[in-house]
Amino acid sequence: MMTGALLEVAAILMATALAAIAIAPWLVAVFPMEHAPDGGPDGDRRLDRWLEAITRPVLRAAGAWPAKEMTATEYGAALLLFHAAGFVLLLVLLRCQAILPWNPDGLPAVPWLIAINTAASFVTNTNWQSYAGETTLSPWSQALGLTVQNFVSAASGLCVLAVLVRGLVRRDSPTVGSFWRDLVRATVGFLLPLAILLGLLLASQGVVQSFATAIDVPLVDGALAGQKATRRIVTGPVASQVAIKQLGTNGGGYFNANGAHPFENPTPLSNLLEIAAMLVIPVAGCLAFGRWVGDRRQGRALLAAMAVLFLPFLALIVRFETRPNPSFAAEVDQSPSADHEGGPLEGKEVRFGPAASALFAISTTATSCGAVNALHDSFSPLGGLVAMWMMQLGEVVFGGVGTGLAGLIAYTLVAVFVAGLMVGRSPEYLGKKIEAREMKMGMIVLLVPPIVTLLGTAAASVLPAEAAAASNPGPHGFSELLYAFSSAGNNNGSAFGGLSATSPFWTLALAAAMLVSRLLTMLPLVAIGGSLAAKRTVAESPGTLPTHTPLFVLLVAGAVILVGALSFVPALALGPIAEALQPLSIAEGPP
Amino acid sequence: MPTEPLPPDRHRIVPATILGQLRPACSVLVVLAVITGVFYPLGMTLVTRSLFPRESSGSLLRAADGTVIGSLLISQPFTGPGWFHGRPSATGAIPSDPTASGGSNLGPTNAALAGSVAERVAAIRRDEPSYAGAIPVDLVTTSASGLDPHISPRAALLQVPRVAAARGLPVEEVQSLVTARIEPPLLGILGRPRVNVLALNLALDVLAAGGRGDAGGSPLPP
Repeated sequence: MMTGALLEVAAILMATALAAIAIAPWLVAVFPMEHAPDGGPDGDRRLDRWLEAITRPVLRAAGAWPAKEMTATEYGAALLLFHAAGFVLLLVLLRCQAILPWNPDGLPAVPWLIAINTAASFVTNTNWQSYAGETTLSPWSQALGLTVQNFVSAASGLCVLAVLVRGLVRRDSPTVGSFWRDLVRATVGFLLPLAILLGLLLASQGVVQSFATAIDVPLVDGALAGQKATRRIVTGPVASQVAIKQLGTNGGGYFNANGAHPFENPTPLSNLLEIAAMLVIPVAGCLAFGRWVGDRRQGRALLAAMAVLFLPFLALIVRFETRPNPSFAAEVDQSPSADHEGGPLEGKEVRFGPAASALFAISTTATSCGAVNALHDSFSPLGGLVAMWMMQLGEVVFGGVGTGLAGLIAYTLVAVFVAGLMVGRSPEYLGKKIEAREMKMGMIVLLVPPIVTLLGTAAASVLPAEAAAASNPGPHGFSELLYAFSSAGNNNGSAFGGLSATSPFWTLALAAAMLVSRLLTMLPLVAIGGSLAAKRTVAESPGTLPTHTPLFVLLVAGAVILVGALSFVPALALGPIAEALQPLSIAEGPP
Repeated sequence: MPTEPLPPDRHRIVPATILGQLRPACSVLVVLAVITGVFYPLGMTLVTRSLFPRESSGSLLRAADGTVIGSLLISQPFTGPGWFHGRPSATGAIPSDPTASGGSNLGPTNAALAGSVAERVAAIRRDEPSYAGAIPVDLVTTSASGLDPHISPRAALLQVPRVAAARGLPVEEVQSLVTARIEPPLLGILGRPRVNVLALNLALDVLAAGGRGDAGGSPLPP
């Protein structure tokens, strides 16, 4: 029944909120803000000692102990080189797959273009997949190649957030923390324990986790005329990877069908866990932000700005995806009842139903996860539009682990600046003056993803051979191109799966979009952190714009909407909006 | 004025700064790769194998002699009149092929989608002459994975007369077999009501062999 489905959506959001409240203090302790306004280190000291105890041996083993405080330039360089090293390692692993161990099915080396695309994709936390996991990658490549990047790319995002927060909290400080220490604390002290917990819960639901090779089974109904009478069941170390791909807002599935595959997402409970896992760290990040800066209202305000952008669109996408597809024959029953969920079920699984599939879709695009439990390509035109727009808003509505909140803080700085100009006062945020350098860097963060997205889409549209990669006709075909670059240009990784993006243009253009967008948002954010950290704190005065009020929340949300709408409404009009408006007779074509 | 703390001789310092981070970039990556890429999946495999041996190995169903006959989670194609049929599958040339999971990716307004749905409706009308009601949408659309093991309860119930006739079983018995295998939402909230087609068909085999659907000797988990 429809009510049941809505209750399910509410229950999943509730579970997410509780989980976020539970882990927020832990996240606070991962990056203790030594210069917190109340003096001593913020967060739980015992937790801090434990984190330090597991971080030290890791850094010692890597020869990076003691971890020195870095300037923003050093921090940015470390971040960049770490991405480069990750890219090279992953590329080598994929190219050498055939001669590396744990390759039970004897898979060959991954072709160059796919390998480059995949390396760029996983290093940048995008996890766009131009290959089918079950037939392209060995368990060794999946574990040592992809799972590692799932961890460290998410941890890098948290590091950027930490730098930005230190910028706001520290005073007259030439340094912004140590990248290596932050990275290891986030990976081993935060993401790894969470992934172990989630992985065990998922395995209890039936997500596979094994070293066994594929099993050939004869079909129970062996009498299929003229068809193969066996099927090959593929397993592997799936639970360990699914856990971190959800938590780290990575999204790269072990199997081609991603979170729709019964071995990745077998039950409604595993579906709840996977949705909650995408949202929990971004939400906890907002709560932690309030504690880091010593004013919990500030964190709640940022969370409210995200919720204001998320909840109305959640209501819309659930509505769009539970409405019958009008092009289906009239004798197809798509309306919900007690023994039949109904809905436009093409590309959706029965165990989830349309409402929970819509919730997954908006959660995976609002966060930069990109895992899917249903095919977005088969969503209704307007349902697909909501999913696409959530990415085009720059992945700041929850967004990527760390990077989403950091991006929203960049929007906040812009909102403060604009508001400051309007009332004629010098703009400041949390006691720090916002000046030309922060604004320049902030504009790069805001504008690079839309530029990359639109330029890429435009190039693909005017190259006839490349536009032909779209499998669906008409405006929906254009939506496939736009979705692909929105996904790569905002480091999301989900797809309108009908696109066959394996040509040299598509693999390399998407790889470039992912790298440019990731690095040209992260590095300016680090620069903002460094420039803010060097400033003194300005005392609050009656003229200070309060940044925790509902009015300010709407100002920030408005800034996000404005940039998103101005950049993308024209393109959206050519794709999903045109598709939604076209009369059915045109869509069906001549008889 | 910008207050960025720059070292005085920036042009000499920057390359040194960058190169100085190259060694830790590689060594930290290697150590983290060993922890998260080797120890973590390996440890998870060992732990889940002892905690959830059946679930972590693919929820496999075995015949009495131990041979694997399928996975409870992965659909198999059923076409004969004596079986309950599952959802159509779009896993490439071979339906329900676990090595090619995926769906049709047909857009909502694509004429090919409406065409396939209409064809499947006609096929069901042919297969189920005694059923005159509307066709549940899950029986005429492909799933996202192509391996969806479930159908809605109504989709299973409408097949009862055909299956009972083909198997020579009383309709009531087959009907109650289906009703008993309806999985309700967890705690009344999570998930949609559904029937696992492979499990239902295996229970049907047991019933047809003279046992009860839930009796011993069945490959199904209790």
